Amino acid sequence: MRGNSILRIVGGRVYDPANGVDGVVRDLCICDGKIVADVEAGRTIDATGMVVFPGGVDVHTHVAGAALNFARAMIPEDHRRNLAFVRDRIRHGGIGGSTPTTYITGYLYAGQGYTTVNEAAVPILTARHTHEELRDTPIIDKSTCVLMANNEIVLDLLEAGEYERAKEVVGWSIWAAKAYGVKAVNPGGVTAWKWGKDVKGFREPVPGYSKVTPADIVSSLAKIVDELRLPHAVHLHCNNLGAPGNVATTLETMKALEGSRAHLAHLQYHAYGGDDWTNFRSESVRIAEEFNRNPNLTTDAGAVLFGNTVTITADGPWQHLLHKLTGRKWGNIDVENETGCGVVPYVYKEKNLVNAVQWAVGLELLLLIDDPWRIYLTTDHPNGAAFWRYPEIIRLLMDLDFRREQIRKLAPAALNRIFLPELNRCYTLYEIAIITSAGPARALGLANKGNLGVGADADVAVFNNDKDAAKMFSYPRYVIKGGEIVIEEGEIRNTVEGKGLLVRPHYDPSVEDFIRPLFEKHYTMSFDNYPVELERVEHAEVRPCN
Amino acid sequence: MQLTATTAKTVLTLKQRPHIPLEAEVLTPDRLAFKTRDEIAALPLVLGKRQVRVDDYFDVEGDGSHELEIHGDVGRVKWIGRGMTRGRIVIRGNAGMHLGAFMSGGAIEVDGNASDWVGGEMRGGLIRVTGNAGGQIGAAYRGSMSGMRDGTILIGGTAGLEVGMRMKRGIIAIRGKVKDFAGLQMKGGTIVLMSGAEIRTGAWMVRGTIISLAPLRLLPTFAFTSAYDPTFLNLYSKCLAPYGFALPRAGKEGIYRRYMGDSAVPGKGELLVWQPNSP
Ligand SMILES: [Zn+2]
Repeated sequence: MRGNSILRIVGGRVYDPANGVDGVVRDLCICDGKIVADVEAGRTIDATGMVVFPGGVDVHTHVAGAALNFARAMIPEDHRRNLAFVRDRIRHGGIGGSTPTTYITGYLYAGQGYTTVNEAAVPILTARHTHEELRDTPIIDKSTCVLMANNEIVLDLLEAGEYERAKEVVGWSIWAAKAYGVKAVNPGGVTAWKWGKDVKGFREPVPGYSKVTPADIVSSLAKIVDELRLPHAVHLHCNNLGAPGNVATTLETMKALEGSRAHLAHLQYHAYGGDDWTNFRSESVRIAEEFNRNPNLTTDAGAVLFGNTVTITADGPWQHLLHKLTGRKWGNIDVENETGCGVVPYVYKEKNLVNAVQWAVGLELLLLIDDPWRIYLTTDHPNGAAFWRYPEIIRLLMDLDFRREQIRKLAPAALNRIFLPELNRCYTLYEIAIITSAGPARALGLANKGNLGVGADADVAVFNNDKDAAKMFSYPRYVIKGGEIVIEEGEIRNTVEGKGLLVRPHYDPSVEDFIRPLFEKHYTMSFDNYPVELERVEHAEVRPCN
Repeated sequence: MQLTATTAKTVLTLKQRPHIPLEAEVLTPDRLAFKTRDEIAALPLVLGKRQVRVDDYFDVEGDGSHELEIHGDVGRVKWIGRGMTRGRIVIRGNAGMHLGAFMSGGAIEVDGNASDWVGGEMRGGLIRVTGNAGGQIGAAYRGSMSGMRDGTILIGGTAGLEVGMRMKRGIIAIRGKVKDFAGLQMKGGTIVLMSGAEIRTGAWMVRGTIISLAPLRLLPTFAFTSAYDPTFLNLYSKCLAPYGFALPRAGKEGIYRRYMGDSAVPGKGELLVWQPNSP
């Protein structure tokens, strides 16, 4: 993965927000997989008239693991609709679409200039399988977040007021899953789902417990992540995803997070007003205002685009509701004591009022949150749209005429439920470089990513300077990963292997004596087969906690 | 050079039977019409994971036209006529799986047997098979919401499982006996069973009509509604008679017994079972 090519990219307009470089024409030198100040020999790439970006970083995506595979198996109709990649001398074969196969995921991400992704939801129990799949996902570097907010061992400890031990368990779990961060999905809600319920109030006990509330889980996990000094804040999928009026829960959650760092995942799905589906509306303004006031928070858009996709989330109760609302097929997975998962194929339609509001809210948040360093471009792939459609969102952000044209396609009744028609802000290339690369890299605590400064990883994307931003960002001229040219003239030339990024937080190893008997009593597998060995992670890079 | 399609036909003769299935979705009048003989010979087919040329497996006669004739046992050649919109394909021999899948116009005639998925998710046009066919005729592919949406499929012999599964419109008529689950999850359209079917006919059907000229073993979720003379069948009979699928009229010879179901869904489909008068 560490390339040994020597490269000089000359004449390109460089956008490197991590170093405050805003469209300056300068040379970029690469040696031994890193950005260097100068090189003597090597190949020269003429990027005159082109735009040079740090490689893209996706802070929240679902590209591997048991749930995604379940979805892949559930939607053969999607595979047929979409592009088949035929194996050739360089590439493996596979299928694109809503849930691309492993190799194709790597090719498609790299094919739009992305070089690092964070797989946002991994149960410890299926982490081994997830790492196997990530091993077969080439080119890009991968990190994962381990699901903790419905883990019964953790919840039991919080119920008993044993915060310190809960912290040890979380630390142990991160290392057991070879994860990079901690994910919390509908805290308490997935546990409640095992009783056929969802959590009711943010400050009401989780069904099956007498004391612990979603608010306790959220604030405890945020504090634990900070105390473990993880490079990435707690990665939180708030309660009440997708529900009318969930703005109240989201605002309460922000309050509960005061004093801690947190990343709010796919904020679009959590910014709705109204009491039911008939008066469903955007509450992006209130959410953005409160978010702007809380510098401890980062978020990603979770934007939706119209068209076919499949929704996959650990939020089991929500998925059951979605199945009931749409009548589409539904898959439900139970992951023993840790979490669950639901899968429902879905079509976002322009003429559907709810979908129109969702489409608008994703863009509104990107436009209303004033600091691009704190909100990042995502679709919660594949939930809002497949990741390979990001360039369409970039165009909507940069091109006001195009955005207005799209707004005109909505059902007129949608217009008084959204704010988008009133927003005239347009993103600059510098801001696009922040929300697609420098920002998410910073949120993940990856100083060597999303960065074109000397010493950073040589992950670089070179684009034609096209008026049509969607076209521009769909077809990079060159993509360089770890110093190796992987895409040249829009074609895959080289499929290097990516790294597995993880952390080893400090925890007391004796916590295993506490976990082992609980595990052996309740789980279906042997405890010794549970933690993932480091060798299972391809090109593992253990990042520091400090 | 702009070529016009000739009125002559294009003839492909199988040189060797492939040892594994050969995928031939290029074999449609749409794809061949404006090509020269040499261009047709060079078109790609897929054999397993390898790409081969048309002339690796076929002798090609004539330039492209709207009329394609295929000679030989192409029972291992899949996807012939896939997505075709016009023209005619005549196969003198057996045809492989997915014949005429997704087609929206034109006609396919097979003088021989066909395999599974004849006319899978077709949108229009006509497919006629003189011999037997496999299962999933006019059906929805796995995971799809609906099967054939229009068009006609006529089978001279028997057919397999799940005939017309999830079909929405169009007609399927089968002279021989049909296996289980004919009209599974049917949403509309008509299936004519000249020799009846095995079990679970019409399971989970929501709408549509299944006509059987032989007695059927009905699911308990179908209820008898009436015995009558469905006048619309005269129209169907008139249209199908030239192909040898004339339907008897209720009267002196017998009557149609109508059942409604499948109430397990619940659905409002109908089964019309011909009951001859006892002599
Ligand atoms: Zn997600």
